[in-house]
Amino acid sequence: MDDLLREFLTETFESLDVVDVELVKFEQDPNNEAILSNIFRLVHTIKGTCGFLGLPRLEALAHAAETLMGKYRDGAEVTGDGVTIILHTLDRIKEILGELEATEAEPEGVDSDLIEQLEAFSRAAEGGEAPAAEVEAAEEDAPIEVAPLERELKPGEVSLDELERAFQEADGPEDGVGEDVADPTLEDEAPAVAAEAVAEDKPAEAKPAAAAKASKAAAKPAAKAAAKTDEAPARESSVANQSIRVNVDTLENLMTMVSELVLSRNQLMEMVRRLDDSEFKVPLQRLSNVTAELQEAVMKTRMQPIGNAWQKLPRIIRDLSNELGKKIDLNMEGADTELDRQVLDLIKDPLTHMVRNSADHGLEMPEERLAAGKSETGNVTLRAYHEGGHIIIQIEDDGHGLNTDRIREKVIENGIATAAELEEKTEAQIHKYIFAAGFSTAAEVTNVSGRGVGMDVVRTNIELVGGNVDLVSVAGKGTTFTIKIPLTLAIVSSLIVESGAQRFAIPQLAVVELVRAKADSEARIEKINDTPVLRLRSKLLPLVYLDELLLLNKNRKPDEDGNVPPSTAERSESFVIVSQVGSAQFGIVVDTVFDTEEIVVKPSASMLRDINLFSGNTILGDGSVIMIIDPNGIAQCVSREVAAQLEDGPELDTHLMGEEKTSLLIFRAGGGEPKAVPLSLVTRLEEVAVDEVEMSDHKPVVQYRGKLMPLQKVLPEQEMVTEGRQPILVFTDDGRSMGLVVDEIVDVVEAQLDMDITSESPGMLGSAIVREKATEIIDVGHFLTLAFEDWFARADDGRSETATGKRVLLVDDSPFFRNMLSPLLNAAGYRVTTAADPHDAFQLRDAGAVFDVIVSDIEMPGMDGFDFAEAVKSDATWGNTPIVAMSSRTSHEDIKRGHDVGFSDYVAKTDRDGLIDVLRETLQGEGAAA
Amino acid sequence: MSDTENETLTERQHDLIHLDGNLIEYITVHVGDQLFGIPVTVVQDVFEVQSLTTVPLSAPEVRGVLNLRGRIVTAIDMRIRLGLPTMEEGASRMAVGIEEGGEAFGLMVDSVGEVLSLSAQDLERSPANLDPRWQQVSSGVHRLENNLMVVLDVSKSLDMQSTSAAA
Repeated sequence: MDDLLREFLTETFESLDVVDVELVKFEQDPNNEAILSNIFRLVHTIKGTCGFLGLPRLEALAHAAETLMGKYRDGAEVTGDGVTIILHTLDRIKEILGELEATEAEPEGVDSDLIEQLEAFSRAAEGGEAPAAEVEAAEEDAPIEVAPLERELKPGEVSLDELERAFQEADGPEDGVGEDVADPTLEDEAPAVAAEAVAEDKPAEAKPAAAAKASKAAAKPAAKAAAKTDEAPARESSVANQSIRVNVDTLENLMTMVSELVLSRNQLMEMVRRLDDSEFKVPLQRLSNVTAELQEAVMKTRMQPIGNAWQKLPRIIRDLSNELGKKIDLNMEGADTELDRQVLDLIKDPLTHMVRNSADHGLEMPEERLAAGKSETGNVTLRAYHEGGHIIIQIEDDGHGLNTDRIREKVIENGIATAAELEEKTEAQIHKYIFAAGFSTAAEVTNVSGRGVGMDVVRTNIELVGGNVDLVSVAGKGTTFTIKIPLTLAIVSSLIVESGAQRFAIPQLAVVELVRAKADSEARIEKINDTPVLRLRSKLLPLVYLDELLLLNKNRKPDEDGNVPPSTAERSESFVIVSQVGSAQFGIVVDTVFDTEEIVVKPSASMLRDINLFSGNTILGDGSVIMIIDPNGIAQCVSREVAAQLEDGPELDTHLMGEEKTSLLIFRAGGGEPKAVPLSLVTRLEEVAVDEVEMSDHKPVVQYRGKLMPLQKVLPEQEMVTEGRQPILVFTDDGRSMGLVVDEIVDVVEAQLDMDITSESPGMLGSAIVREKATEIIDVGHFLTLAFEDWFARADDGRSETATGKRVLLVDDSPFFRNMLSPLLNAAGYRVTTAADPHDAFQLRDAGAVFDVIVSDIEMPGMDGFDFAEAVKSDATWGNTPIVAMSSRTSHEDIKRGHDVGFSDYVAKTDRDGLIDVLRETLQGEGAAA
Repeated sequence: MSDTENETLTERQHDLIHLDGNLIEYITVHVGDQLFGIPVTVVQDVFEVQSLTTVPLSAPEVRGVLNLRGRIVTAIDMRIRLGLPTMEEGASRMAVGIEEGGEAFGLMVDSVGEVLSLSAQDLERSPANLDPRWQQVSSGVHRLENNLMVVLDVSKSLDMQSTSAAA
């Protein structure tokens, strides 16, 4: 049997059992919303699953039942008859499932009898009629229920069907061991069906089953149907029995006991070790092995790759694309990311919902996509990865993004918030309303999604495991949902390390590599102004001593000889754990690395949770408790300067650029003064073998990452290395790389980038005092243009008297441009403050910063430059500050739009001199006006 | 106070307890020189603290975490909590296991005594001049024949915020 089908059967049988019980509870307590929501969701899931498995009968039944329940959920009065008919529907579903299990195909048949009754009830509920009217409606439906049966029968084998029905009725007592209550409606109908006498004899509960069978069997050969009915009850549970679901608590207990076992084993081992020749040795060894295997097995029972939860998705997407007439590609990344079983179970349904939602609501129809300049095929991307103690799951589509206006309307319509409340909210905040209970943006209820269960179920289930869900939506670009689940339930492979005579676990996911650092070896820890660093290949890695960070050194006690154990920094040998958090790399220095161990992360006690260097604690195999280091926390602690250096660009700071410290890479090239370049501009430091350097069009090039990379000398007279390896600085932007040939890389320093003298020579921005030495700051842009002539439109440097001391706010999401333009503008005499996006800029505004001119990029994620300009102009604080647009989009339309929203001028992003000119003109204009 | 007198007193207490059923059982512990009572209903177990793992950067009264039958227990040093000098390293320490907010804690004490049944009516308010740190963690005082027993409020003993504010 198809795995998918098997799983579906197991799951649906389970769900149905729950629904049965819950429905009965619900009938007794019709005002209990929790029960109703639970039933509603279960039936919704069944419907959904049936839909993508291609089981139209089941789907139709479940849909009708769900609709009725939806009415109840919306407040319609619940009647016993209504519940009964739902129960009958469930019975029918079970019967069909039984057949499905036996034959692997949905039996043919018609369920219009039940569906019409359900719909009648729904209508009645909608009209808010009295319960009596509902019963009436049901009864009115009764003849209709028979009618289709009759129609089915007449053209076919009438006599056979009569026979069949007789069989069916006779089988009744066995398969009708239903849990449901007698249904007067159906009982009344029974006479309309044949074999009335037999029916009368039986307990009422068998009737619905019989009736159901009759309709189903209409188009089936009698003999086969009869045989099936015999088998069905026996087989019903066979699939369900193939796997057992074990409560995670049971596993947790098992786990605890295994830990105890390990503990005892270790004690025994220790005792036997002291005996020289013990007869216990061999059996103990076996015990030890078995214990280890047991431990592993128990651990394994809890872990599953997330791919298991994704198995159904390709099929769902395939069917959805058929159903909706969209072309959809589903991409899955990180399917082998392991997840605690319990967590996995809880997020499985939310994930399915979200993927369906993305495909249904997120993606546009092919024509719309083409019209919007996108490829016809929409993409839904699922991504899973571990990030510092969390599992991150992303569901991303490249559709039209969320419709903010529609959400706003919906929120007001449903009374979730008032218009006034929404007024103050940002677009992103409004988007979050889709997680509110009972919210649905789909204009009409479709089969695929949009009953308002989706997103609130998603949120509830995720929050249940202590996670959170967030979304980013860009109009026209698509929507990304990010689910973040802490590893509190999960098992992680961790490095067990020692620092300050204490052991700690570091999750291996954050560990890039291990380096053994020795005082006299190549890998040694060096200091720059007391800041430890490690030369790791071509990079300088900032280091942090774990014992210092955790203040373990102050409690050191001298041993018997009165020697204080050395701190990690004092030791001649230590280990550097090269870690990565986001884009930041750093090294954690410890005394020793023992081993890796699979650990079960347990949350720390609440009173320890505010120590952000730990993500939890765990019990090791030997029974001891150790703390788990949170690499995120460490990353934050790695000193501020280093953190800034590790970021993509300088962090937003309210300080002016001139007072800000910048990481500078100091190197020598072609003699003379040392040269420097902001480190953040440098993509990599590389060494290329001299014989790899080729000539192309009289210019040196090397093959670098599958492309030809031009090499540029800093000074024309500079000599390249003739043998061995040539150090180069690699600059990359927009997929193109350029190598700058240098003689020697000297250092990385933190310094104020205060250009004292601006330079006349090409390629130099000017000189600054770095480490008490005159250092030339090179103009990367110059070399980029030399390498690629079209990189920037290059002209002579323009400097202006008007510039002196004027304050410029530079808003650009690209750190490259921020870093390139800041020194340029600095050199031209401006005082530059940078902001990575409008949000940062507004923070500056709120902090009271004032500028003479604002230069803003147009294409930025979130709020683009046009919106930014509008927002700036509409606000009193900065409303009079001229704002200059800088963009690679220079079409007439763009420029016109730019002027419309209030930009004083519009410069091509690549035209740096144009920018200088424009700034000068703008400021002069302002000066004249003022 | 003579023995006979005391007996009568206890009997009287018992009578009272029988009258209103207001009997509270305490486990007595010593911290420093002081006798404390912890209501038996909140006590999970009593254990000897072994192989304690210290938690760097934690509050001083958190002596560490330990594995008690597969459960991670946070050990609170009641001496530090009460502002008393710490015990010598290596001294064997007893702890009273309690559960608060779904988490397991061990209150480290010098020694664990016996179980006393006392009437709730005899519980007196802590004297007003008591050290505020003590005031915080005690819910009253019982007068025993030879000494005074301070009743420990377990939840408040675990509320570190008040300590750090005091410290």
